[in-house]
This record gives sequence, C-alpha cells and structure tokens, in this order.
Amino acid sequence: MNGSDIEGMVKKMGTSTEEAISIQYLSFFLRGEDFAVEITKVREVLDVTTMTKVPRMPDYITGVINLRGTVMPVIDLGHRLGMAPLEKTVNTCIMIVELQVEGDETVEMGVLADAVQEVLDLSGDDIEPAPKIGSGLNTDFIKGMGRYSKKFMIILNLDKVLSTEGEILLRDMPAEINK
Amino acid sequence: MSEEYAAIFKEEAGELLEELETALLELDERPEDMKVLGRIFRAMHTIKGSGAMFGFDDIADFTHHVETILDRMRDGKIYASKKLINLIFASKDYIAKMLDSASGGKTVDRDVGEKIIFSLQALIDAGESGADTIPVASESATNRVAEAGAVIHYRISFRPSTEFFLASMDFDALHCDLNEIGECSILGKSDGSIDEYISGEKEAFWEILLHTSKGINEIRDIFIFVENIADVQIVEIGEENDFETAEVKKLGTILVERGYVGSEDLVAALNTQKPIGKVLVEKMLVSPEKVDLALAEQQVMTKKRQNKIESVSRIKVAAEKLDYLINLVGEMVVTQARLSQASVGHDNVELSESVEEVERLTSELRDCVLNIRMLPIGTTFSKFKRLVRDLSAELGKEIDMVTEGAETELDKSVIEQMGDPLVHLIRNSIDHGIELPEERQAVGKSRRGIIRLKAEYSGANVVITVEDDGKGLNGDSIRKKAIEKGFITSGADLSEEDIFELVFGAGVSTAEKVTGVSGRGVGMDVVKTIIEGKLKGAVNVTSRKGKGTIITIILPLTLAIIDGLLVKVGGTHFVLPLSQVEECVELTNEDVERFHGRHLYPVREQLVPYVNLREFFSIAGDELDLRQMVIVNLNGDRFGMVLDDVIGGHQTVIKSLGWVYRNTEGVSGATILGSGEVALIVDVANLIKHAQIEELPREAIF
Repeated sequence: MNGSDIEGMVKKMGTSTEEAISIQYLSFFLRGEDFAVEITKVREVLDVTTMTKVPRMPDYITGVINLRGTVMPVIDLGHRLGMAPLEKTVNTCIMIVELQVEGDETVEMGVLADAVQEVLDLSGDDIEPAPKIGSGLNTDFIKGMGRYSKKFMIILNLDKVLSTEGEILLRDMPAEINK
Repeated sequence: MSEEYAAIFKEEAGELLEELETALLELDERPEDMKVLGRIFRAMHTIKGSGAMFGFDDIADFTHHVETILDRMRDGKIYASKKLINLIFASKDYIAKMLDSASGGKTVDRDVGEKIIFSLQALIDAGESGADTIPVASESATNRVAEAGAVIHYRISFRPSTEFFLASMDFDALHCDLNEIGECSILGKSDGSIDEYISGEKEAFWEILLHTSKGINEIRDIFIFVENIADVQIVEIGEENDFETAEVKKLGTILVERGYVGSEDLVAALNTQKPIGKVLVEKMLVSPEKVDLALAEQQVMTKKRQNKIESVSRIKVAAEKLDYLINLVGEMVVTQARLSQASVGHDNVELSESVEEVERLTSELRDCVLNIRMLPIGTTFSKFKRLVRDLSAELGKEIDMVTEGAETELDKSVIEQMGDPLVHLIRNSIDHGIELPEERQAVGKSRRGIIRLKAEYSGANVVITVEDDGKGLNGDSIRKKAIEKGFITSGADLSEEDIFELVFGAGVSTAEKVTGVSGRGVGMDVVKTIIEGKLKGAVNVTSRKGKGTIITIILPLTLAIIDGLLVKVGGTHFVLPLSQVEECVELTNEDVERFHGRHLYPVREQLVPYVNLREFFSIAGDELDLRQMVIVNLNGDRFGMVLDDVIGGHQTVIKSLGWVYRNTEGVSGATILGSGEVALIVDVANLIKHAQIEELPREAIF
C-alpha cells in the first residue's frame, strides 16, 4: 500500500460517513526522529522485558521475548533503518505489530522504539506523498509524510521494512562515509 | 448445493478412495476374495450415490461405468484379471483427479476417462460373450456371492435436534428410504408432537432396527442430509448367512431358530438394555441352561464384534482443533513448571500438595493429548504398496512388498513429513536395488524381489527400516562419484560405512544411468535433510554386495514436546535434545593446551572433536577455567559441545522461533523455562554442519 492508496481509502471512508475521514496512527520516536504507523498494525505496546539473543543473526534482530507463552521475535527498527543500535532507556518499549509477508501470511513481531508518543488522527489532507529523494530512505518503505501540529513524521510501511530480505542499509550513511 | 455439503462429500470421497485403494491392493493379491470385492463395490457405489446427490454428475456418471463392471464381477460373470484391476486402479486415480479439479485443482483430461470407460466396456462385452470369463469353482463361488449379499442387522438411533423440525424435515421420508433398502422396524420412538419438539419440551428420538444386505455407507447416505441437524448412530449388531461366522450367530437368533422364543419377543427384549439371556430367563421364555448353551456358542465371535463396534464409535476432529489443544497443553506445562518453582519457597503443605497434584495431572494430560495425535504408520503403507506395484510393472521387475508394524504409532506431523523420504527410499530400492528377474535367476535368487518396510518401537523412538534383497550398493562406484563431486580426495581411506554414508551427499548417485525414476542423485540428500533437520531423527545405510541394502531411520515419537538437557553458556540457556546426548565430561584449560588448542579431546580412548558454543554463538564473557563438555551422537559420530554449565533434564515444549528466524544456524526452536525466560533449542546436526563449513578454509591452507 502506498501513500495514494491511503488517500483513496480515506476518501472512501469520507463518503460513507460524514465525520470520520481520518485514520489513526501511532507515533513514536526512533533516535529522536518522529515516525508513525497505522494503529491497526499495532496489537499492543509492552515494556522491555528479558530478551534472549538468538546467535548468528543480523544485529538488528535483537532477540526473542516470552509474550505470555509465545516466543516473539524482537527487532531494533531504528537499527534496521540504518540508525545506530538502540540504547535502552526507561522510555524504550516494544510495539507488537502484525505484518503481511510473502503474500498473505500474517506474522507478529516486536519492534523496539525509543519512546511511544501518541495516537493521532490524520486525514488525507494531513498526509503528503513520500518524497522521491531527500529522506534517505527507500521510498518503498515510506507510506507518506504525516503533518501534525507543525511537525512532520515519516509514516512507515512496516510490511516492506521488515519483510525485505537481507541486511540492506536503507539510509545513506552519515556524512563522513559519503565523503 | 451448498459449499458445506460439497466439502463433506469431498472429504468422504477422499476417504472412500483410500479404502478403495487398500481393497484393490488386496484384490490384486487374492482375486477371488468376494469380501474384498464387496468392499470395492460398496466404496464405488457410495461415491456414485453421494456424487450424484451433491451435483458431481461427472463423477457419478463415470463411477457408474466402473460400478457396472464391479457388479458383473460380484456375480461371478467377469474374473478379476490383472488387466481389469489395473483399469480399476486407473479409474480410482481418475476419480481422484475429478475430485481435485472440482475443488479448484487442474482440470481433468476427459480423454483419459473415456478411454477407461471404453476399455471397461470392452471387458464387459467380452465377459458377456464368455470370452474372458474364468468360471470360478462353482460351489464356493455361489457361497461367496450369497455372502456378499448377506443380510446384516443394524440398530439405528436417530435423535434429531430442533433444527430438524424447523427445517420442515420429516422422519417418515427417512423411514421410506430405509424401507427401500431393507426390512425396517421401529423399536421405539418419542411420543411428542412436532410443536413440542421445536419448543424443546420433548426430545425426539427414533430407535430403528434395520435388516439389510446393503453396507453401512448406504444407510449413512440416507441420513446424509440431516447429519448436521440430527444425531445418527448406526451400529452393526449382527450378520446373517455369513460364510465364516455362520456357526456363531447371535444368541437371540439362535433361540428364535430353535423355536424357544418368538421373534417379536426377541425384538421387545432387544429394546431393553439388559443382557438378552437374562431378560429371556426372567420372562420365563427359556430355561437358564439353554441360554448358557447358546451363550457359549456366541462367545466365540463376541470379541470380533467388539472391534467392529469400536470402529464405528470413533469421531473425527479437525486437525487445527487438535493443534490448538496441543498448544494449550504446552502452555500449561510451562505454567505448571513456573508454579512448581514458585511454590518451593513457601513452607505450606497444602500448597505444595496441590501443586504436586497439578504436576501429575499436567503430565497425564500431556501424554494423553500427545497420544491423540498419534497415528498408525500403516495409513501410509498402502500408498507405498501401490508405488511398488506400479513402478515394478513399469520397469519389468517382479517385486513383493512386505510391511510389518503397520500399527506402530507416530505423531501425525512426523508421519506426514515421512511420506516423501520413504517414497524416495522405496523408489531407489525398486529402481537400482532389486535386479531384473533374469539377473536374479542368474545369481541364484528367486525371480521375485522383496522390499520389506518395517516399523517398530525402540524406547522413545520409532525405527523404520526399508530393506531390499537386491544387488546392494556398489562402494567403488559411490567412491568414484564422490571423488568427482569433490566430497572426498582420491586417496581418502574410508571404511565401508563411511562410503555408504556418502550416498546422502547431494549429487551422488549409484545408478549407472539416469532413469525417469531415480539416478539423478537428488533424493538421498533430501531424505537426510528431512529426517535429521525437520524430524530430529537419524538415518543410516548398511549394504552387502549381492545381498541387499538396509536403510534404517530412527525417529522421535513426537515433535511437540521432547526431553531436553538444559545447559548454560554465559547468560543464555540452551536445550540439547536428550535423545542425542551420550554423556557429559569436564574440560579444563590444561586439556585444551595438551592438544595445542585444537578442538579435540579424548573420551573413552576415542578422539572426539568439539565445538565451543561460546565461540560458535559469539556469546560475550570470559571462558571459564572448568568447562563442561556434552558428548552428542550424530549418526554414530561423536561430537563435543563445550559450554559453561549443565543444569539438568528439562521437559521441552518446542516453540517455533517464527518467520523472522527462518534462516537460523545451529538453533531450531525455542522453549520457555519455568522462570519465563526463553531458551534456545540446539539443532545439533545443523550446528555441526555450520561448524564444518567454517573450518573448511583453514584446512585448505595446509
């Protein structure tokens, strides 16, 4: 699903009901930057618990936790997007998200965020299409740029971000590497 | 027709086709067995009947043609020749394809069906003119025909729900249908009105006694539309004119025949649930001595009948429900472990007693639930019989397949996954194990080769062997192939066992030429991967030139819960499958220095290579001075796993690591410990494989 799909969906919803023309998003921090995902993707938000690292896996796959009897993989989303590895603080939390991978298969996993902020209502007007360049991210991974009280946040396409094979750095490395 | 009914039909037809195949294989061995023929006929007939009912007209039409010829066979007009059996096999496959296409599979090639019908018709015509008929010895033939049409008594208990009446269904219509297939008497029924039944004031029931020559499936067909809205129980209660059991008739029948009681009295007595003999004695209709005499006569077949009734009282449950139940029990085992651990600190007798009770119940529940998932491996055996039959005919070989231990039970998922490996192994045996009949004669063996498929219990494992009496593996040719593929160097000094082990390598085939069947060198490596990787089992091969080959597969009974050995490296817990663990020894720094840092250590005068888990899994922290080494056995080879601490045995409920971890190295799953922490399950075979790959470049330097 890309940005225009969301707009289409928002418009459709707008025609069916008078008021509800917006979709809810959960916004969160990754290394100081604002990001958001559709709230329907997020099943719950947890505090960080004991994590078991699975050896011989890429660094961004942090480990597994015991979620009420289910073994749940946890991913360092910021690191996955090419940022520095996560440093745990009191605000660090795990968002349990549902993803569609390889066709129709639904998988659940935990995603580490530096802090979860708030639930926002964004209408189609508040979302701009993903910028072609400049974000440093592969445009496939961005659904759009959300605007909310003068702030911009990157609305991520988590399905794509987490299901794409390989350890590709999605963002250009910091300036000193570019030189 | 609603989807639901269509789905019921498909499922039922699938089962009938399986039954059909089993029966056909039996008929192939004993062409004059009328009982088997009866089973085939009934299966075909039911497919036809319910096919037509549910709108699968093409299936019904086709099946009709097959049924016609089966009918002639039953009448003794046409002999079950090899050709005819082959045709019926082909028909069965064709029906399966039609079913498949009806559920969205690829469309069937109608020409195939027409060809089968044409050939069948030709056989019928030939049979009519008497050309292809082999008259079966007359007396026994008549006997057996009569037997196929034997009258059987069924007791039908019909308890419709309110929906039955809400759907304006009527018992009279069913009664009419029942009367059509046999003599039907109502033993008892409820006396309410339809309104009372609908409002639930009274419960409706009918108890019916049916005498019919039709099979239970035909009776079921009558009730097929009401299956979901009524409880129908059909129990076979006796058989008349049965060829084998004529002398052990039902007690009641015997008494009636002897004129001691009238049949009405008998029916009335049958309706009460007391033992019939007692009832009759109470009613002064017969003396106790006479009942005793008759009872003795009856006892012989009682056991036999019990088996039959048991098979009727099974229930079918969707596999997902069972999986869910297993999951729940798994959770419970974990929670129970936590509970036990938590209760230790409290000095409370009442608490510890009930915790112990929960522990006992949980383990019983676990065993019971795991047992439900167990299926006899025999369910897959008939598939292999068919494979042997078809393939040996194709290759011009004469092969008998002998199966043993069909009743050995294994976890459902293990059986499902064993299908492909066994097919590979049996194909191999047929194609380049067993020789052509002439070759066999030339070396003094009987023309017919034997493939023996055997399953048996061995502790917590099941051992499956595939054995043939063919020419055995050719060690030299395997060696040559393996050198070509670069698995071994030309000078390598290998024992015979090591050489045979090489057939499991990718691309090593012993076949001189590639055939459509095998010889491409894929297969054996797939077999090994599935058995060791997925099923946590082991496979090895022994062979004697000219005598044959034996492939032995050792499988764990279940995959849901295993016995594990809990160990610790740094702060991480790991579980090693206990079935692979041989012993634990200690390893000190001096030991390591003695071997100049090489990962080798002598255990019981044998040099054992080892993997340091801390290094392999890159776990932070310093090496302890005194380490533990767990010796694991992988197909007879011993390896050491060096780790910090051995904690002890652990009932391991296996949890998947999930999609993210589909490409893990050295671990295959996880489990949750009593503390709530997640421990990883070590995949020994996979770990050794990766450890070997990592060592390769180092070796190449020297």
